[in-house]
Amino acid sequence: MVGALGVSQVAFLILAALTVLSALTVVVHRNPVHSAVALVSTLCLLALFFFALDAQLVAILQVIVYAGAIVVLFLFVIMLLNLQAQSRATGGPLLVAAATLGGVALAGLVVSGLGRAAAPPAAGVGAGFGETAALARELFTAYLLPFELTSLLLLVAIVGAVALAKKADG
Amino acid sequence: MGPTPLGWYLALSAVLFAIGVLGVLVRRNVIIIFMAIEIMLNAVNLAFVAIARSRGSMDGQVIVFFVMTVAAAEAAVGLAIILAMFRNRETTNADELATLRW
Repeated sequence: MVGALGVSQVAFLILAALTVLSALTVVVHRNPVHSAVALVSTLCLLALFFFALDAQLVAILQVIVYAGAIVVLFLFVIMLLNLQAQSRATGGPLLVAAATLGGVALAGLVVSGLGRAAAPPAAGVGAGFGETAALARELFTAYLLPFELTSLLLLVAIVGAVALAKKADG
Repeated sequence: MGPTPLGWYLALSAVLFAIGVLGVLVRRNVIIIFMAIEIMLNAVNLAFVAIARSRGSMDGQVIVFFVMTVAAAEAAVGLAIILAMFRNRETTNADELATLRW
């Protein structure tokens, strides 16, 4: 079986298994800090996939913004709240069984739907695909308005986060 | 031989999304629910990047850029809400935070 697969396919399968494993760790681990560390490894593995898909800038942003800033924010909140591993971390066994069944059914449905869909012809990519210059050209021409709205969104998020997190009498 | 087929990436994306849905349904800690939402967002990002590569178009990667920005804003506001709720109720259990008033 392995003989029929190329090196890149074998690497994909190994990395995909690791990614699914660490994503499951995020979901099932009782200790929130361990979940956050597993989230870092999931995000870094996804960054490797982005590199393999010629999305260099997105991969680097993934590590800096997601694995860096966002997960550090999670860890800060976990430490601020001093959360311990919880004895009753999940809903009842009936809920867990139903949700597991639903999750497997959802994954099976999407994967089988993908199997039926005709694969589009793979287009070749030009030089510089996925590099900063190409992404920036799209961002500042075709997507200029959404880009500016994003900056407004971030401003609102900063003000909102400060207003929500400060003490009521402050 | 040759490059990894698009379908494999989309299948991985679907599995990751299902894991995220599972986390939101099963876990009761709001912070873990939040992390499961991040996994779902990333699963969709993987699909966007894979399809962008397959079509040879940059649009998918631009959308991923926006998704990351929105996820950062969402994490900042969401975690601030969790902090405010914890100050009032001393809990992060979603079952005990069912009412929308203090």
